[in-house]
Amino acid sequence: MYETIGLWVAAILTLAVFSFLYKENPLYRFAEHVVVGSSLGYTIVITYQRVLYPRLVEPVFLHGESLVLIVPAMLGLLYVTRFFPRIAWLSRYPMAFLLGMGMGMAFPYDMQAYILRQIQATLIPLYTPGAPWYNTLGAVVIVLGTLAGLIYFFFSKPHKGPFFGFGSKVGIWIIMIGFGATFGFTVMGRISLLIGRVQFLLSDWLGLLH
Amino acid sequence: MRNTTERRFMLKHLELLLLMVLLPFGIAQAQEVGPQDATAPAVDSSNPSDSSAVSLDTALEVVPPVEIAPPGAVTVSDFPNDAGDHLLVSFEPSPDEALGILVYRIYRRTPGATDGTEEWAVVKTVAAGDHTEIVDGYDPDYLVTQGTQYEYRVAAVTADCREIPGEVTVAQVVGRGEWFHTEKLKVLIGCIIFISLIFYYFKRAQMCHELYLRPIPGIDAIDEAIGRATEMGKPILYVPGLSGIEDVATIASLTILNRVAKKVAEYQTPLRVPNRDPIVYTVAEESVKQAYMEAGRPDSYEANSVFFVTDSQFAYVAAVNGLMTREKPATNFYLGMFWAESLLLAETGSLSGAIQIAGTDAITQLPFFITTCDYTLIGEELYAASAYLGREPKQVGSVKGQDACKGIVMTLVTVGIILSLVDIFTGGATDPSKSLLLKLQGLVDVTSLE
Repeated sequence: MYETIGLWVAAILTLAVFSFLYKENPLYRFAEHVVVGSSLGYTIVITYQRVLYPRLVEPVFLHGESLVLIVPAMLGLLYVTRFFPRIAWLSRYPMAFLLGMGMGMAFPYDMQAYILRQIQATLIPLYTPGAPWYNTLGAVVIVLGTLAGLIYFFFSKPHKGPFFGFGSKVGIWIIMIGFGATFGFTVMGRISLLIGRVQFLLSDWLGLLH
Repeated sequence: MRNTTERRFMLKHLELLLLMVLLPFGIAQAQEVGPQDATAPAVDSSNPSDSSAVSLDTALEVVPPVEIAPPGAVTVSDFPNDAGDHLLVSFEPSPDEALGILVYRIYRRTPGATDGTEEWAVVKTVAAGDHTEIVDGYDPDYLVTQGTQYEYRVAAVTADCREIPGEVTVAQVVGRGEWFHTEKLKVLIGCIIFISLIFYYFKRAQMCHELYLRPIPGIDAIDEAIGRATEMGKPILYVPGLSGIEDVATIASLTILNRVAKKVAEYQTPLRVPNRDPIVYTVAEESVKQAYMEAGRPDSYEANSVFFVTDSQFAYVAAVNGLMTREKPATNFYLGMFWAESLLLAETGSLSGAIQIAGTDAITQLPFFITTCDYTLIGEELYAASAYLGREPKQVGSVKGQDACKGIVMTLVTVGIILSLVDIFTGGATDPSKSLLLKLQGLVDVTSLE
């Protein structure tokens, strides 16, 4: 009984969202508000059940352990001061903490993963005796493509002349070819999502497909 | 004579009649016995008194199990470069490993548990002949606690499921954390070089050196896009990405938002900033409020211009798409981190007729923005956009410093090309020990950290 109701609600909401393809209409607006409201309510419950309760309420208030957790809890509570204009400035402390922590954690990680690791992946032999010709071609494209891409992202030099002018042109071509491949790959993934939704309507809801 | 013939005929028919009567009984009897040989005696293997069953069991017991020596000594040492939550456990394999040992089980317990309060826990199982050293502490169910002394025992498991336990060993060391991860020295050196360069160019920019920045069409179009919205009397939609505040793209986006909001305040154009992350929302609100104050128009600030929608990805998209079709903003900015929603947002914006400027460092989403938006800031252009808009010496200096860092990377790659060519002529391409390229690669090798 409940499953059938759920199935009908899901199917009607799917069609309501699809109706946006025609134009914005009250049915879409209804579905939009339902999904926004329910997702927010769901998030609040999940956050309490999976984060606040097991990580703060249970250890600190029920078992009296890990009292150090009160410090981040107080820091989090400072966000609530935004509701009180006179002390709203206190909410900047957790923001500053998060920004500083985010930057501090990201810098060494990015240095490792996006700079050193990428340099290492580019320092490859251009020619290996006995290897097929396309391996050499691939290695040359990787190395020269990386150099050209870096030239394109040089902001403090005008993109003119044989090095920066030609290099940046090659760089943007390499970047665009890469984007083209990514585009095709992702579109394939999106189409499979659409197929999944159509299958739900035709199979689960209408029972036309088995 | 005739009587004799008649008697024989009658006897023959009587035999046939008897056969026909007895045949069904015979068939029924055969079916009751089943497929077994009706002549063979039934054997009940569960009955110990049954002679056949006893002889089978005895036959199995006659072959005695092979005597296998247990595994040898266990050595426990502290795992380097960790927070004290890993131990390196090595053991000597059984000398009879070839006689049928399949795996070794490594057990662990805390010494206080010898009274039986804590059972041995299998922390790792390794195949025989594979390796005799493991790192204990990776299993989330059996975490190693810093400073706790454990007991270990290794048991060999044979093919017939016999377990031959070795001696119980009290760990020689306890887990101790290190202050510095020595293998991250290369990362530290890289960070110091890059930060030094950026600070150097900060200083140069502050000393009033005129630093050149090449034009970027997407950034130049921001003023034009704001002007268009003002002329049309329609709002500007600014989406600061869907990621959290810890994301570099979000921080870059919020810096640009400040610049955009300042212009918007000057032109008195309505601004809409929907947010997915509650913390980004608070920072965005602060940033816009600050921009209105800096522009000298704090009274023009609308409290509802920056708002939180929901943290659900596609619910957020549904709401922003609805906003685009209802309010029809003249200009849409999508700057920050985006995932699968990028095309949904940009396509709707394109259909609504807005001028669109996007920017992200998400490589997989950039193609969608490029196809649907008027201008797209690719990767690092997003980070540089703030410096372009503000032209503050510090930010311009930082862009210049980043270029210097890219120069170092380009130099390394170029040196790599030269060394690769040298290797071809000196034999390094075939002999890794002679390869100069591999030596250079070793200087930046960080794969051990992954």
